[in-house]
Amino acid sequence: MATTIYVPRETAAVSVGADDVAVEIARQAKRRGDSVRLVRNGSWGATWLEPLVEVVVDDKRIAYGNVAADDVAELFEAGFLAGGEHSRRLGPIDEIPYLIGQDRWTFWRCGLVEPLSLKDFRAHQGFKAFEKAVEIGASAVIETLKTSGLRGRGGAGFPAGIKWQTVADAEGEQKYIACNADEGDSGTFSDRILMEGDPLGLIEAMMIAGYAVGASRGYIYLRSEYPLTHSILTRAIATARESGWLGENIQGSGFDFDIELHLGAGSYVCGEETAMLESLEGKRGIVRYKPPLPAISGLFGAPTVVNNVVTLASVPNIVNLGGEKYASYGVGRSKGTLAFQLAGNIKRGGLVEKGFGITLRELIEDWGGGTASGRPVKAVQVGGPLGAYLPEEQLDIPLDYEAFTEIGAMIGHGGIVVFDDTVNMAQQARFAMEFCAIESCGKCTPCRIGSTRGVEVIDRMVAGIDRDDNYDLLIELCDTMEGASLCAMGTMTPYPVRSVLKYFAEDFSPAVGAEA
Amino acid sequence: MAARDYDKAAATEIIAGFDARPEMLVQILHAFLDRFGWISGDAIRQLADELNLSRADVHGVVSYYHDFRTEPPGEHVIKICQAEACQAMGSRELSSHAEDSLGVEMQSGNADVSLEPVYCLGNCACSPAVMVDGKTYGRVSKQRFDAIVAALGESA
Repeated sequence: MATTIYVPRETAAVSVGADDVAVEIARQAKRRGDSVRLVRNGSWGATWLEPLVEVVVDDKRIAYGNVAADDVAELFEAGFLAGGEHSRRLGPIDEIPYLIGQDRWTFWRCGLVEPLSLKDFRAHQGFKAFEKAVEIGASAVIETLKTSGLRGRGGAGFPAGIKWQTVADAEGEQKYIACNADEGDSGTFSDRILMEGDPLGLIEAMMIAGYAVGASRGYIYLRSEYPLTHSILTRAIATARESGWLGENIQGSGFDFDIELHLGAGSYVCGEETAMLESLEGKRGIVRYKPPLPAISGLFGAPTVVNNVVTLASVPNIVNLGGEKYASYGVGRSKGTLAFQLAGNIKRGGLVEKGFGITLRELIEDWGGGTASGRPVKAVQVGGPLGAYLPEEQLDIPLDYEAFTEIGAMIGHGGIVVFDDTVNMAQQARFAMEFCAIESCGKCTPCRIGSTRGVEVIDRMVAGIDRDDNYDLLIELCDTMEGASLCAMGTMTPYPVRSVLKYFAEDFSPAVGAEA
Repeated sequence: MAARDYDKAAATEIIAGFDARPEMLVQILHAFLDRFGWISGDAIRQLADELNLSRADVHGVVSYYHDFRTEPPGEHVIKICQAEACQAMGSRELSSHAEDSLGVEMQSGNADVSLEPVYCLGNCACSPAVMVDGKTYGRVSKQRFDAIVAALGESA
């Protein structure tokens, strides 16, 4: 019988050679006359171990980490088809500490299943939640979602149940589900891991959303920087359509639903929900005024649920296991789990799904193993380019939406970017303004002009020109941007800037004593 | 990724594949990029005609999005991530190295290669990340960068 071998087909794994490893395994097996069945799974999220290869031995999946194509011949020699000993061998996948300590509510199928196999999906509860949703009815689904306390995982943290209720109650012949897969924050990749590892799970989640609010059409707005994700999603949608899980009268339920996949085009602001809707309509990705909320007047003016990938993908298990169960994870008003993403200068980077309330220190030290460089942590940026930089002494604050708001920070989409002590924080503050200048949609003045002026003011401070005056000017500029911009791009760019002024002011000192 | 001559008939076919729906403009422009490598003035004129939009509308969309380049790219397109996670792992140094070794400045290029910044490839646990001709690479040290470039057959 053929030995089953899993080699991820996921962007990070492929970016460090997983395709070459797969080809080499097939080649070596053929050369040796061994019979193998190669399965291209998604990633478990232990990105630091990629390419992570698993061999099925007596129904156990034995993992080998950081496998390079050059290792493959040697692995065959070491008898890895029987789980043989080798320096790359990590043991059974379900005993790897990085993975077993997690609360895998949303990402549980990632790595486990063959992403494009409908059969494997069905064997792992696929479409069970949709069937249950149809059975219990739309309003019961929305009630369950409200009970769960699920909040928008894209960054804003708005209660998903209330959003769905608003769309369900809104007047309109045509309603839409718009899945925001424009994961632009640096340090984030959870949407991508989900879409590459469990694309059918996302499709099921959108079907449930459509059923609950009475929408027959869904859109996925995927960023163009994810070409592999695009190819996987395209095939998953086609598979669902061909097997009658998308289209008219799905499995005889009387419910019609289909999904159109759209690509973004390199604009960060298009991750903002109204800019995304503009882009889905084929226009410039310019932010809209709110109100009206998209839930009332969204895509093409129709009531629209705009949810992030992870928000949606959390729903099927909420339907299956109940809202109370989900709400039993987390703390305070931050209920459930979040897929934290450890990135940047970190030894064990990857995705860690945990209940809210865990601290940054636990994630960075226990999971992440500290910096990749081995040097001390100087700053941690949480929540993407609009998130504050936190100093080492803030790492014990629990990850909870409200606790972070209190310290002028945000959790956002759960990205955690670690910097060691070689970083110059004035340079990072400057970058925050520079990024805003590059990506501003241009609709509102504080963001469009303020960001460019911000870069100039910081440059003057670093050069030691009128430092005190320019400091006051920068604070005033931050106040203006924060108070008068239209969307988070302008209102939150000051967050990282202010945090640098607050915690890392010494980095603004001019290298030469220009100030005297 | 390399630039190809504009072909009006092929463009019409692409537009027809989207039923000439003006709301598909961003998607059509992507299809144009795949086919021609860039968005030319001819393309903008034809899109305006066939989608019943003004040339200003089409130009506005083209100029808004980073992806829609209006100059033909080099034979190979190299994008280096400039966002925070990659900065934490030395993307600034890698970018300088790339500029020096390719003899091309960021956001410019020659017939062989275009060097472009990109703000996050979503490969932040394998920083620094680079995309070459649409393929993402992770853990890109200077040495690995040179090897990737050498494999393209670049002598620059």
